[in-house]
Amino acid sequence: MHEMSLAEGVLQLMEDAARQQDFAKVTTVWLEIGQLSGVEVEAMKFCFDAVTRDSIADGARLEIIALPGTGWCMECSLTVPMAEVFGECPHCGGHQMQVTGGTEMRVKELEVA
Amino acid sequence: MCTTCGCGDGEVKIDGVDAHHEHEHVHADGTTHSHDHEHSGEGREHPHTHSHQHSYAPAHSHAPGVSTKRMVQIEQDILSKNNAYAAENRQRLAERGIFTLNLVSSPGSGKTTLLCKTIEMLKGKELVTVIEGDQQTSQDAERIRATGAPAIQINTGKGCHLDAHMVGHAMGKLELPEGSLLMIENVGNLVCPAAFDLGEAHKVVILSVTEGEDKPIKYPDMFRAATLMLMNKCDLLPYLSFKVDAAIEFARRVNPGIEVIEVSATTGQGMDAWLAWLERGAVEARGQRQETVDSLRRRVAELEGRLAAGSA
Repeated sequence: MHEMSLAEGVLQLMEDAARQQDFAKVTTVWLEIGQLSGVEVEAMKFCFDAVTRDSIADGARLEIIALPGTGWCMECSLTVPMAEVFGECPHCGGHQMQVTGGTEMRVKELEVA
Repeated sequence: MCTTCGCGDGEVKIDGVDAHHEHEHVHADGTTHSHDHEHSGEGREHPHTHSHQHSYAPAHSHAPGVSTKRMVQIEQDILSKNNAYAAENRQRLAERGIFTLNLVSSPGSGKTTLLCKTIEMLKGKELVTVIEGDQQTSQDAERIRATGAPAIQINTGKGCHLDAHMVGHAMGKLELPEGSLLMIENVGNLVCPAAFDLGEAHKVVILSVTEGEDKPIKYPDMFRAATLMLMNKCDLLPYLSFKVDAAIEFARRVNPGIEVIEVSATTGQGMDAWLAWLERGAVEARGQRQETVDSLRRRVAELEGRLAAGSA
């Protein structure tokens, strides 16, 4: 979904950091992307390349750190892995699940020059 | 696209007028460059300020063999800018006791018709103001204005969703009466608007029964983000194979806590339940504002009391 807007958000955070921390070039970017965040990693890479062209991150390497999806099963009172937001509990097979992890979309760190 | 708010660059229009844009660019050599545009009027009156700022990053050390590479911790949410604008909008709305909803759905679910009907039925009870989002045209805002409610149109151009920055600008151009309702009709799209907080109290997702009952699991993010699902066009159920129970079961698989109201904007079926839901929210928003006002008054009285005691 909307990877273009997200890639622009990443560029904006990098530009803010460049001003605050005095660097002129980003060579690698680490993003944390949760399994349930709805972000398509391939689309993100494509959009990242497009929006960073002629910017401080032109040609930068994009590293994606995938974070697992987890949910709280209300039936079992347990934290369980979740592959989809409508996933079922691996113990009871129910859908009374609240997502507790895996929706992250964060810029973790940059390697800059 | 605009790097401030992620909308199409120079394409976002509020009631046909270019939205205010501030652009800042950092060039590859570290030079920063920012300029600011304010457009008002359509052609005739066109004050235009344009200022540039240039600053240069300090020189780097270029000792041979010494790498200048370093790591910078960011640890920030990609949507943090939008979320900051949303928090600002939410604060402004809370201060005026305004109950705000973000209406989301696929195109053609009947959002605008439902909204017109809602405004008509609330006449004399609640004041409603509307922000309309569409890629192009101001047809929806005109339909709302025909009901007598003030409305403003945001055209997102190529953008597929409203963001909090655009909505903040639109709020500044509207008279938002204290204790009123603000309805934001998002761009018809079940995907992108899910991620963008606008400062609303709740997202309300509209699913019409002429769509598939499995939409909640096909587009789970939106149904997970919503507090209430309005199942619209229920008057057509006798002619369709749509299974209401299955749709609700799919929605609750994604979001166990989602509330559901079956409505028809055409026949008025279920509208009472929807209006009662709105009324509860509006009363709560006004109550919270009153509580804040009361506690501030008590604090002022207390401080005045202390001052008086001190000077006596």
